Amino acid sequence: MASAPSKLYADDVSLVVVLLDTNLFFWSSSSVSFSQFLSQVLAFLNAILTLNQLNQVVVIATGYNSCDYIFDSALDLNRGIENGRMPAMSSSLLQKLEKFLIKDEQLSKEEPEGRIKSSLFSGSLSMSLCYMQRVFRSGALHPHPRILCLQGSPDGPEQYVAIMNAIFSAQRSKVPIDSCYIGAQNSAFLQQASYITGGVHHKPQNLDGLFQYLMTIFATDLHSRSFIHLPKSVGVDFRASCFCHKNTIDMGYICSVCLSIFCKHQKKCSTCGSVFGQAQSEVASASDKKRKTPET
Amino acid sequence: MATGHVTKRAKYKTTIKDPGTPGTLRMNLEKILFVPHNPKSAIKLDVEFRYIKGQKHTKEGSNKPPWLNLTNNQNGSFIFEFENYSDLQGCRDFVGKVLAKSGEVSEKSSVAYPDEQLSAAEMEIRIKLLQEDSELQKLHKQFVLSGVLTEAEFWATRKKLQDREASKKKKQRLGFKSAMISDIKPSADGRTNKVTFNLTPEIILQIFAEKPAVHRAFLSYVPNKMSERNFWTKYFRAEYLHSTKNSIAAAAEAAEDEELAVFLKQDDILASEARRKIRRVDPTLDMEADEGDDYTHLPDHGLFRDGNKGMEESQNELYKRTLSQDINRHAAVVLEGRAVDLELEDTKAVAEALAQSKRESSNKGESDGDTTRERLDRLSRMTEIEDLQGSNTLPLAPLCIKDPRDYFDSQQANALGTSGDELSGTEQIKCSLSIPEVYGSLRASISSIKAMGLNEPIVKPEVAHQVFDALTYSISNTKHNIGKNSQESVLDRLPRKTKEDLLHHWTSILELLKHFWASYPITTSYLYAKVNRLKDAMSNIYPQLEALDAAIQHYEASMQKRSTQSGEKPNGYV
Repeated sequence: MASAPSKLYADDVSLVVVLLDTNLFFWSSSSVSFSQFLSQVLAFLNAILTLNQLNQVVVIATGYNSCDYIFDSALDLNRGIENGRMPAMSSSLLQKLEKFLIKDEQLSKEEPEGRIKSSLFSGSLSMSLCYMQRVFRSGALHPHPRILCLQGSPDGPEQYVAIMNAIFSAQRSKVPIDSCYIGAQNSAFLQQASYITGGVHHKPQNLDGLFQYLMTIFATDLHSRSFIHLPKSVGVDFRASCFCHKNTIDMGYICSVCLSIFCKHQKKCSTCGSVFGQAQSEVASASDKKRKTPET
Repeated sequence: MATGHVTKRAKYKTTIKDPGTPGTLRMNLEKILFVPHNPKSAIKLDVEFRYIKGQKHTKEGSNKPPWLNLTNNQNGSFIFEFENYSDLQGCRDFVGKVLAKSGEVSEKSSVAYPDEQLSAAEMEIRIKLLQEDSELQKLHKQFVLSGVLTEAEFWATRKKLQDREASKKKKQRLGFKSAMISDIKPSADGRTNKVTFNLTPEIILQIFAEKPAVHRAFLSYVPNKMSERNFWTKYFRAEYLHSTKNSIAAAAEAAEDEELAVFLKQDDILASEARRKIRRVDPTLDMEADEGDDYTHLPDHGLFRDGNKGMEESQNELYKRTLSQDINRHAAVVLEGRAVDLELEDTKAVAEALAQSKRESSNKGESDGDTTRERLDRLSRMTEIEDLQGSNTLPLAPLCIKDPRDYFDSQQANALGTSGDELSGTEQIKCSLSIPEVYGSLRASISSIKAMGLNEPIVKPEVAHQVFDALTYSISNTKHNIGKNSQESVLDRLPRKTKEDLLHHWTSILELLKHFWASYPITTSYLYAKVNRLKDAMSNIYPQLEALDAAIQHYEASMQKRSTQSGEKPNGYV
């Protein structure tokens, strides 16, 4: 596997893969309307492309049932009709987005009530990493890629394992994951992703000025980050979900062989198959519990 | 101490020239009191021992009167003249004891606990630990002296420290001196042409260790054949002959005097030992040559040639001893270490002790059968031929250990407000529309954008300005609070005294909490009393912490004011 060429980003060229959250449930109940959001994002993408001639932007939509590539600036050479009201590349993006939504709707099926309506973040993250691998192996000179996640939906604990795997492989390939969370609550996954890979995490307070947030924080290329101060996240929420029920837990049991997390005492680890010893009693087993985050 | 006080008649002089005021000098553990005989005299002295730094006195053998000079902290001195030297001696000892005691921390209070049987050695260890570690001393003073914790409790948790200290003591044996015996310079008396050697048991021990033939000769000759004095005279005669390197004269004298011959000959015990050692050399010793052994590039291959080799007189070979032999033997003995550890008074005892130890060591080496078998075992293991073994194909992965501080540092502000949102994160998003309707609305938004274009303006200027301000403020704020780099901690930016106070409070609180929780469950009344004491001590700390907090706030406010006054620009703007 060809790893990242060099950690010292000497160039201020960027290749940004933007993961756009198109979870309908989120957007239907969000304070900011989807069109407002989209327009700010489109302007932002255009701005990135103007920062440097060699900049590239790829957009992946994170839907409720599926994910897909929507836009790739390298491929979209046909600039489309400039009609003075929006950037030239936007029209193809919007078209593709529409098509994606139609497809996504067709895939939707009846869901049982009670499930957290999260988008397929793990899917789009994996897709972006695959795209980057393709770029790495293409052999052509490429700028160092980074990922920008624009998420609003809450975390789906059932995706914990997949997301963590994706985060670690991004860390391994030295791809920073920036995240901008526009939802109401906090996203533990995004915080962990940015923390582990060395990206920037921010939760904008004022969503009307989202464009300003994006331009100030997330438009900075990797080379400039060595001297431009970006907002530092004061704390990271390291909560995990258990592997058996996919619930978010603070305290749980950890397999000492493969470090899988369980919420209840198990006889055998489901990941690596190692057999656990007998717990003597409740009091004794309390010593096996491992704290994941400090009590708040 | 036998008595807690000393009373003597003395004269008090303010300076050396002062004739002195006669009076009575009383000293007890706390202070010195001098009362003149003449009640009308104005001179009266009442000094606490705390202020006395040291003492000086006149020597007994000199012609000076017996004076004792006590120096105090402000470099003043009190001079007392005693009637005789024994008085001076008594006072001096007393003062010495008191001064020594005041340098140690709370030895008194720790002696007073009857329930703990402490040996003098343990006492010493504790005092030493307290002297070395000022933190420990502060804690000790704070808790034990004020009665919050008893001595036993305090030290109960520190057993490891004490054990470590105890094991450090006096495990080292004193070895031989590195200087060679041949450097013993006798004192030569020019007038009578006599040379006097001073021999101490130490030197004798070293001589016997280095020259086993001399040792054997001593054991056999003294006191049967000659006196010790004669023995040593002959020995030093032999040494002299060696030093003149006159082998002919040596041979001549050896022929005359058979005892002298013993000293002049080569040491046969050494020779046999050397032969035995050679036989037992480990063949697996790696004698691989390295650059230091490279002699081919030196001129003459490293051999020293001199013009004429000279004729070796074979019969006098026996009486030659080279400096290199001496040096090697001496070095070997020093490295082996001292076999005899005791304080020895006379030569006979030395000789016998050395002989005894040699016998013991040779007895240990007698189990030769075992050692040879062991050697053969080791030989077979070490002469493995690596080429003939299978290759070790364990895949290696590089070890990557992350700094655990990263994890803990990032947790520092988890209490700062991310807490409230966690629990509600699992709330579902209420969705009143059905799925197709939602999709439809999304698509409608997209179409509207396509038709109308992007918002004009993208973002309102006031909003943008607000956002920008807030971001800048928060970035500069966190930089201010957390520091420029992650290594710098909040503590380092406080003044030193505050930081020390803070850390001291932390350690003392830890100590109290440790003892507090260790006393649970409360089963005896002793524990109950202890818990109450600890509780009181803990509540006493709170006001101190508040004061500290106020000090820190004040400091930060003054720093803020100072930085804005100096016009420092935030964020490093130029």
